[in-house]
Amino acid sequence: MHGRRAFVRSVGAGLALAGGAWMAPRLCRAAGLPQGAVDAAVLEALAGKRALIKRSYRPPNYETPVEAFDSILTANDRFFVRWHLARISPVDANQWRLAVGGDAIERPLQLTLDQLKRQFEPAELVAVCQCAGNRRGLSDPHVPGVQWGHGAMGNARWKGARLKDVLAKAGPKGSALEVAFDGADEPVLERTPDFIKSIPLWKAQDENTLIAYEMNGEPLPHWNGFPARIVVPGWTATYWVKQVISIDVLSAPQGGFWMTTAYRIPKRKFPLIDRFISQETAETTPITEMVVNSLITNLADGQRFPKGSAIVIRGIAWDGGYGIHSVEVSTDDGRSWQTAELASDPGRYSFVPWQHAFVPPGAGNYAVLAKATNRQGATQTFELIFNPAGYHNNVVQRIQIQAV
Amino acid sequence: MRALDAAIATVLLAGSCGGALADEDVRLKEGVGRDVVQGNCSVCHSADYIQMNSPFMKRAAWEASVNKMIKVMGAPIRPEDVPIIVEYLTKNYGVE
Repeated sequence: MHGRRAFVRSVGAGLALAGGAWMAPRLCRAAGLPQGAVDAAVLEALAGKRALIKRSYRPPNYETPVEAFDSILTANDRFFVRWHLARISPVDANQWRLAVGGDAIERPLQLTLDQLKRQFEPAELVAVCQCAGNRRGLSDPHVPGVQWGHGAMGNARWKGARLKDVLAKAGPKGSALEVAFDGADEPVLERTPDFIKSIPLWKAQDENTLIAYEMNGEPLPHWNGFPARIVVPGWTATYWVKQVISIDVLSAPQGGFWMTTAYRIPKRKFPLIDRFISQETAETTPITEMVVNSLITNLADGQRFPKGSAIVIRGIAWDGGYGIHSVEVSTDDGRSWQTAELASDPGRYSFVPWQHAFVPPGAGNYAVLAKATNRQGATQTFELIFNPAGYHNNVVQRIQIQAV
Repeated sequence: MRALDAAIATVLLAGSCGGALADEDVRLKEGVGRDVVQGNCSVCHSADYIQMNSPFMKRAAWEASVNKMIKVMGAPIRPEDVPIIVEYLTKNYGVE
């Protein structure tokens, strides 16, 4: 990995001033993260990327600074990076092949990148890609794992072939139950479980599930899965397999550590609708769709504003694909709530930008909260729904600002 | 893989983020067993995984983590090294 990164060193103890208000990068103020995670965090740029917040070097895990979410699409060079296995060789697009097989397929086939692009009608959609463990670092009590703050997510316009079209060409058998994906990434040790993920056949055949070869109008960055990755709109990023090289249609549940042990949540603890029945046990289920959530994108804890003049509070909201119904904002620590103005509908899988104008009536501290509700009526929680792996953290954010 | 792009010029980090190293080889705290930890754990991952997950894990949690690396991830850690690693992690990156 050496030599591939540009490094942004931390300097001095002074805070940079931007736009008159103090705007140090949020990683330095990420209240709630374990101290070790705060100490280990640096801003650093992987090749082809701008500076991201480094959580770990190898495998590379880098999160997007909150400031980047102040626009609806997350730029490719600011999109978060998350890998489980440390051997991530760049893929040569000319050599790349996608094998479609498995025991529940009639006609196994192999595709070149050119064939994937030309033989199947391209589909495009905007969708949030969010790590299941986003905000794990804020779990109270803390739980082991990558100590993410708010930025293990991004929103992009994905273009690719519909997975259902590719499957139709290969012919799933009547016994087909799940569709499993493997990427070109490899573990360091042979005995380490390969990262293989499956989804139920019904989700694989959803018209929105893609084999994406473009991201925001460009080829995918290496770090985000060049030349192709699976896009499973609404579902957490664990299923969005990068550098995908094989798709297997299976008549039995996919095994392996990454399905049977990792990425599971206790059953009946979260208000979710999508189920992954073939993988459920008595106690746990694989994580499926994202919970409804929101983020304030232009305020920092402790930021100062002049009393009596308007502050436009901006943010984003998203959910598992049901669509955002409303966002409410409180500027008095939750005692009263006002409805924020939503941007015109960017699609049900996208970040939905919102804004709310607020005039601090006098000097003092104001606790700003934002709470999204989706079209199913699900909303965010004020208290963490604890689970041992720190998934689905949608606790209402609280940012304290000051009017002077 | 493209060659390394130019370094980012604008630096906005505050001193409170200090302790960072330019190198991947994050310096683990001095202490008994440090070399054993570095030698074993760094085969598969950088040492910032340890620092990042601190200080909130009790001895049992570090023990579980080390055992997961052996049993699930296939780490070839010698049995006699396990207590040394657990002791080092608990003492330097854990809570008793």
